Amino acid sequence: MYRYDAFDRRFVEERVAQYRDQVRRRLAGQLSEDEFRPLRLMNGLYLQLHAYMLRIAVPYGALSPEKLRLLAKIARRYDRGYGHFTTRQNIQFNWIKLEETPDILAELASVEMHAIQTSGNCIRNVTADPFAGVADDEIEDPRPYCEIIRQWSTLHPEFSFLPRKFKIAVSGAAADRAAVRVHDIGLYLRRNEAGEVGFEVLVGGGLGRTPMIGKTLRGFLPKRRLLAYLEAILRVYNEFGRRDNLYKSRIKILVHALGVEKMREAVEAEFAAMDDGPLALPAETIAAIAAHFAPPDYAVPEPGEEAALGRALAAEPALARWVKHNVAAHRAPGHAIVTVSLKPPGRPPGDASAAQMELLADLAERYSLGEIRVSYEQNLVLPHVRRRDLPELWRRLGEAGLATANIGLASDIIACPGLDYCSLASARSIPIAERLSEHLASRDQEIGELHIKISGCVNACGHHHVGHIGILGVDKNGEEFYQITIGGSADENAALGAIVGPAVPSAEVTHAVDALIEVYLDLRRKGERFPETYRRVGAQPFKEALYAPA
Amino acid sequence: MLLLKDGRIGEDPWRHLDDAEPLPDGAPATVSLKRWSAERGALMRRKGRLGLRLPNDAAPLALAEDIARFDLIALSFPRFTDGRAYSQARLLRGRLGFRGELRATGNVLRDQLMFMRRCGIDAFEVGDRALAENWLAALGEFGAFYQPAEDGQPWIARRRALAG
Repeated sequence: MYRYDAFDRRFVEERVAQYRDQVRRRLAGQLSEDEFRPLRLMNGLYLQLHAYMLRIAVPYGALSPEKLRLLAKIARRYDRGYGHFTTRQNIQFNWIKLEETPDILAELASVEMHAIQTSGNCIRNVTADPFAGVADDEIEDPRPYCEIIRQWSTLHPEFSFLPRKFKIAVSGAAADRAAVRVHDIGLYLRRNEAGEVGFEVLVGGGLGRTPMIGKTLRGFLPKRRLLAYLEAILRVYNEFGRRDNLYKSRIKILVHALGVEKMREAVEAEFAAMDDGPLALPAETIAAIAAHFAPPDYAVPEPGEEAALGRALAAEPALARWVKHNVAAHRAPGHAIVTVSLKPPGRPPGDASAAQMELLADLAERYSLGEIRVSYEQNLVLPHVRRRDLPELWRRLGEAGLATANIGLASDIIACPGLDYCSLASARSIPIAERLSEHLASRDQEIGELHIKISGCVNACGHHHVGHIGILGVDKNGEEFYQITIGGSADENAALGAIVGPAVPSAEVTHAVDALIEVYLDLRRKGERFPETYRRVGAQPFKEALYAPA
Repeated sequence: MLLLKDGRIGEDPWRHLDDAEPLPDGAPATVSLKRWSAERGALMRRKGRLGLRLPNDAAPLALAEDIARFDLIALSFPRFTDGRAYSQARLLRGRLGFRGELRATGNVLRDQLMFMRRCGIDAFEVGDRALAENWLAALGEFGAFYQPAEDGQPWIARRRALAG
């Protein structure tokens, strides 16, 4: 994990002091709310329906026990005892007082955290594969590049007042666990024919009102030129991105209007005019950052460990189910990647109580070499668990309601905060997610992999466009309705879902999802996931089932 | 309009001419880009310091041939959220090597000053003196930044390399 040096430490402390003064000036009436808004937003503070919401950056989803304990402390002392993990690997607190925010940021700085650029029309917190550095399908660890991007983008003088927010995701693996294709810039680490590792650069992906899948701007970019190339893209966007209409200001609209070829020409021309000077990343610079992410010393498994685990799994079907769904292959022998579900049936997706955070900090120390990751699916990951420890870990998680065996299954639902909290929302998301997960949990095994994603408005924080089944809250004359899309996917074969038909009232959402699932179960071929079945059979059978006269 | 420059707040010594206004003899004056384009020959020959008011949707690189003629380029921030002129500033300083005064005009606010200065802007239009006094502090809130820019200061990666 990256550790701050004296420069980083001083920087976040200066940032806290700067923000403390901004809050003081706001409270003294020297700053208008209009002037203060962009300043607080660049420190992650939103004004929501009932209170201020503070979104704290978890750079590329990486947490230590110390950081997680501090988040638990914030939950207890400054909020109502819980926090909400977001689809951008961050955490937000929903019941914050403005005058306490400087102190919260000071507490965060003490554990090398901040809330810089978790909002605002700037480069947001960079996200990554939560299995980075441990996945068995990885070309190279994306975290050093994420950290390099984090530093470069922090208070960037040229790109802090962009037309709109700007999101970057990085993956180094074959499977895309970071929804890279739906980001403003997506980066995949790739190996070229000469065997060198560099980046495939995608641009113009995004969800929201006008969802689009990112397009490849460059098939292979040498690592040395990463920051120069990013700066070229951002400069073209800053210059030409629309500023006349909030809904047409993202880079995806520019890419769409110009066409990807013209966009490429503009970026490459700017890139060619930049020299290979200050922004170049020499191998030593990359190596110095990468040293922070060196693999830990893994214990060598002892003979008989695997056999003992096998016996435990055979004796305990619930444990076996959990291992099947929540445990992924690790690159080190005898180790596993454990995903801790924050989606117990009938509960708000992504919420964790202070006690749960503290327990996970303890468990990470005891079982995961002191590391925790946040996934964009709003779950937590323990990335270095010895396989022999799985039964014990599972028992301890279970005692805290954290052993739900549903990763990637129907009840592992992504949902935004929706109208329960958010000032932008058109409808509630959390109660829909709660009802669906409660209803579907008992059928998780039978249904298999299924990604249901719920957004409470067109801004699509719940990623509904890329859900196998997507649910979008809309307001119809003051009543909450839900529009359903099917066939979306957020992985390396990302696709946007298609609207099945008219929106349904809140009370009928569960029934509608059931109907879609029945069609899928009926028509699926062996091994086929929902989007594949949908692509093969088309929308018609789903439409018929959904809108059949009762 | 008051001007913050070189750590001091003072009156603006420049005149900002309408497109129809006659050129004052020898006194420093700025013209619009439109007027510059229309009267380029005469303005080139004019004695006295000349400034250009650059709209934020103009391409700075189109000025490459003329850049040495200007003692001042005034950039426009029609709303403080409109950040196009930050890129213009970097291109003027970094790409074209402009060494004259680069001025921020329009909706210039205290908390944007540090970004502006890092992009190479060295003069700022300010509204009222009482507030402006406090603005100087805005330029000293950080000891170092993470990226190379146009302020001539070593950025953090460079400092790290120097610290070995």
